[in-house]
Amino acid sequence: MIQLNRLRIDLPRFSIQDIDLSIEKGEFFILLGPTGAGKTLVLEAIMGLAPVTSGQIIVAGKDVTHLPPEKRGMGIVYQDYALFPHLTVLKNITYGLRYRKIDEQPTEKNLDRLIDQLNLSHLVDRSIHNLSGGEKQRVSLARSLAVNPSVLLLDEPLSALDPNFREDIRQVLKKLHRELRITFLMVTHDFAEALFLGERIAIINLGKIEQIDPVSRVFQRPATPFVAEFVGMKNIFPATFNKNRAIVDNLELCLQAPAEGRKRYVGIRAEDVSISKIRPSNNGLNVFKGRVSDIIDRGLYYEVSVSTEEVVFRAMLTKSALFEIDPSETKGIYIAIPSSAIHVF
Amino acid sequence: MRKKPDPFVWLTIFSTSIILFFILLPLIEMVAQPSFSSLKEAITDRDVVNSIWLSIYASGLAAIISFVIGTPFAYLIARKTFLGKKFIESVVDLPIMIPHPVVGIALLSVAGRDHWLGQFMHAFGIRIMGSVTGIVLVMVFVGLPFYINTAKAGFETIPNRLEKVSRSLGASMTGTFFRITFPLAWRSMLVGMIMCTARAISEFGAIVIVAYHPMIAPVMIYERFTAYGLKYSQPVAVWLILVSLLLFLLLRIVSLPKQVKA
Repeated sequence: MIQLNRLRIDLPRFSIQDIDLSIEKGEFFILLGPTGAGKTLVLEAIMGLAPVTSGQIIVAGKDVTHLPPEKRGMGIVYQDYALFPHLTVLKNITYGLRYRKIDEQPTEKNLDRLIDQLNLSHLVDRSIHNLSGGEKQRVSLARSLAVNPSVLLLDEPLSALDPNFREDIRQVLKKLHRELRITFLMVTHDFAEALFLGERIAIINLGKIEQIDPVSRVFQRPATPFVAEFVGMKNIFPATFNKNRAIVDNLELCLQAPAEGRKRYVGIRAEDVSISKIRPSNNGLNVFKGRVSDIIDRGLYYEVSVSTEEVVFRAMLTKSALFEIDPSETKGIYIAIPSSAIHVF
Repeated sequence: MRKKPDPFVWLTIFSTSIILFFILLPLIEMVAQPSFSSLKEAITDRDVVNSIWLSIYASGLAAIISFVIGTPFAYLIARKTFLGKKFIESVVDLPIMIPHPVVGIALLSVAGRDHWLGQFMHAFGIRIMGSVTGIVLVMVFVGLPFYINTAKAGFETIPNRLEKVSRSLGASMTGTFFRITFPLAWRSMLVGMIMCTARAISEFGAIVIVAYHPMIAPVMIYERFTAYGLKYSQPVAVWLILVSLLLFLLLRIVSLPKQVKA
């Protein structure tokens, strides 16, 4: 549906570097990255609102690289809603209708259904000034969907909302995508949102794409240290490899399978590291002795750092589990990491 | 215990009073000094009425011309960054800095018969020297920066994203301008026109060089002052001030933002 071929955007102090991306029809695709990674720029380039230095943007098989935004048939929804302040809710929603051909005009019924779907019927005559954040974002969604776009571009649509509205709009987005079956491309910096909404993710950092994969794969098999850290992998170490062993400093980790190709890191999720007072049996586990060196209260759980002689591992523990291992124990404790949880990249 | 006011508070109060006194006293005195009969006499004098009307009419025309030619430019400057933008912006500000008689002389130097532009205009029967055209031209020259800067500031307050969304919904650049930008910026544009008119109505130095006749009000005030003295120039000045104040007040009221309904 959307294809970017070596898309390059050069700005005075920033550039998007030769991005290749292919998004399927009807997909909920997420462009994930930290602030300043260039996500919005890519989105606006697809919409035709940002200058493209070189490369191609193809939408529905048509090269739109040099088409003005009003000819692209896409919709865009911004974090700050960008509602027209001088128009009522209904006038905002119907803003784009006059630009559609007569035979493509939505019937009154379709429009009413859209307004209903977004739960806006009671607001249509209101000015937009005293709507809540959630209502504003629903108006913004209705406005872009009213013109029946082939693609909906969403620029951090949840970021400006209070937590309770955020949940609401998140559900709305999921529902709309399911019901309308159009392509959604959403930009966000929040991995949890991506996990909940997205089917595939592209992770972008400093104008470059680091990984494109289905959501679960990005979560379990990050391709680069940046992605690993971004998806919350707490233990990332440079390593050397020898058959099915990884050597981190002087510590030897047993892998499930020999590392193939040129790998340089191991990554382990904190929730896969377990801690116990007595030595667990070795089968399938890498067991090391260590000492608790730091405990951080993360609210719902504790992040516990355990120093072995060579390396500091981080684990996630509940309060009761932490109490059980008695962190003040001086004789040391044991950590165990299943070899299947050691990720190599 | 009462807190002792900081000396700076006294300083601000002092400075405020000095400024109000300095500006208001001469104006109040000038308005108060002429007798009622001399005011009445002035306003029944055809020449006075004509000159005030010419001042208002020419400066209003200058504001409309500034609006027409200045709006697209102000929009461009507000929205785009490009090489040489800073330079263009300082060029626009030049008329504010140049001494007024110099403006007059500069304009005459391209309007004369030994300049190609002057010859060109002459061929079409356009006369700058001593004509209303010349007066309006000078007024546009000095008033344009005020319109452009105010309109530009107005455009800058409109989030670019509103225009982007409008484009995404199918509106062209022109459509977006008339449906989004203009409705949100017309007040700043109107304020810009008021500023431009105010500047134009007060111009004397450049106009007296380009067109002594037909006489605009400031030139007439000057002439009466030099020929007959203070007493004869004051009433005209009072009428000019009253008429322009009334006009500006009216426009200000129109341009006030609507109360947002709660």
